[in-house]
Amino acid sequence: QKNGVSNGSLYKKTFIEHFEQAPMYVAVLTFLGFGVGTIFGYLRDFMRAWGLEKRNIATEREQQKDFVPLYQDFENFYTRNLYMRIRDNWNRPICSVPGPQFDLMERVTDDYNWTFRFTGRIIKNVINMGSYNYLGFAETDINALKTVTIELQKYGTGVCSTRQEMGTLDKHIELEKLVAKFLGVEDAMVFGMGFATNSMNIPALVGKGCLILSDELNHTSLVLGARLSGATIRIFKHNNMQSLEKLLRDAIIYGQPRSRRAWRKIIILVEGIYSMEGSIVRLPEIVSLKKKYKAYLYLDEAHSIGAVGATGRGVVEYFGMSPDDVDVLMGTFTKSFGAAGGYIAGKKDLVDFLRTHSHSAVYATSMCPPVAEQIIRAMKCLMGLDGTTQGLQRVRQLGKNTRYFRRRLHEMGFIIYGNDDSPVVPLLLYMPGKIGAFARRMLEKNIGVVVVGFPATPITESRARFCVSAAHTREMLDTVLNALDELGDFLHLKYSRYSKSSHPELYEETRFELED
Amino acid sequence: MDIKRVKDYIYWLYFQYLLITCSYVLEPWEQSMFHTITVTVFAMVVYTAYVFVPIHVRLAFEFFSQMFGGQPDSAV
Repeated sequence: QKNGVSNGSLYKKTFIEHFEQAPMYVAVLTFLGFGVGTIFGYLRDFMRAWGLEKRNIATEREQQKDFVPLYQDFENFYTRNLYMRIRDNWNRPICSVPGPQFDLMERVTDDYNWTFRFTGRIIKNVINMGSYNYLGFAETDINALKTVTIELQKYGTGVCSTRQEMGTLDKHIELEKLVAKFLGVEDAMVFGMGFATNSMNIPALVGKGCLILSDELNHTSLVLGARLSGATIRIFKHNNMQSLEKLLRDAIIYGQPRSRRAWRKIIILVEGIYSMEGSIVRLPEIVSLKKKYKAYLYLDEAHSIGAVGATGRGVVEYFGMSPDDVDVLMGTFTKSFGAAGGYIAGKKDLVDFLRTHSHSAVYATSMCPPVAEQIIRAMKCLMGLDGTTQGLQRVRQLGKNTRYFRRRLHEMGFIIYGNDDSPVVPLLLYMPGKIGAFARRMLEKNIGVVVVGFPATPITESRARFCVSAAHTREMLDTVLNALDELGDFLHLKYSRYSKSSHPELYEETRFELED
Repeated sequence: MDIKRVKDYIYWLYFQYLLITCSYVLEPWEQSMFHTITVTVFAMVVYTAYVFVPIHVRLAFEFFSQMFGGQPDSAV
């Protein structure tokens, strides 16, 4: 089904998201597949327990036999019996820069994925549809990396200290000023690791007696930070504003659970683009709700900074809103800027508070200078401060690639989740047997994809996730689309019940027929 | 050429069966075991249908026709 504009005056352009449901038989067959896998899992566990087969992992020591068993829960069962069988599709080592194409080390297994060995051969120029390289800044071009090389020779690679001791370099100050200018806020602070930015700073902002309203599908770093803080956590349905409003009203009417006092703070945790669904947050509605009920908003723009928006400034620009509406803007440099690390930006008071109270500032090593320089050069390129329009061209190219890729996939008849403008494209596979078959056959065609299965997604909705990049050329995308077309027919993946138009390029322009 | 197309189509059907029942991920001896069991169950279903379904259908047909239109027949 399509989501149209519910509150017409808030959205300046149409907000179209797709979350089509597959026909019922697909869900039935998925469960059947998992059932067969589970039965054979029990059989193999039985054989291992009775010594008919060698145990490779999850063996307790002789002295532990009378203790509570360690490896009987479902997660271990699943890992041993279902994940191990198709394990060769993950953790594949690459040996080049993860640009639009990369080199893969070939590895084979002799004992059904329990051990791997490298043959020594390298598979060259595999098209990369899995790296978060949205603007193509993961490059090795010498001219582009000139300033990074200079900084590397000036500072070396190690910082060897935390921000509060001796680890604040002038590079960090320069970078923070640039990030603040880029986003249009008062001040920003950068950290060495994106995951740690979330998990170490949310505990500094909220504590006991506060309420966190977090989206159903938030990333693990946000969940971890929320749990570490000790605040009460309530979950609202994914991108569902009615659910969020109901929770806000209940929070304000009923207050804290037993004492009925007002909550000290109510904070809403959302992400800009959700990486497993490809959906974009409904920011105008959330901001109007936050203003009405006097809550705070924490926006995690890990995937959306640099990737959406007319000049790459994230979802705030995509919806045409002002960055003052969002209280805490958080993002990472790992995805669009080709570096590592994260930032938190907002009002100067907030950032000064975090400089003294954040766990990451006190205990974690700060960002290393060459990486900071890479972010500086990428951001300057994006803002146009290096004198070229290359940054804007990259953002435009990403938008064009995204729209082309999604349009062609819809036309072919695959089920794709997410917003039409998000560069993260999940293609639904559903059945567990198809996960392994899809990834292996795409690698045979020299295309590297990321497939995701049960613990990271709901059990019936396993998917392949494509990340479109500005560095992909039209030919690369066409190669991938043709391979997907062929593979979709061979594996029977085209479940969509809507728009299956014939290939537009085969349509003869000279046929003029009157249509009724 | 036609034989090749037919063979490819049969292979494609076999591959769909492997994917749907998730026996694509099993090791060869597990696959043989699974195929044996599936074929046995399927053969038993087909045999039962062949032996019993026509008899039951005929009996049901006679039962219903006797209930609705039986009297005029026996008055000869």
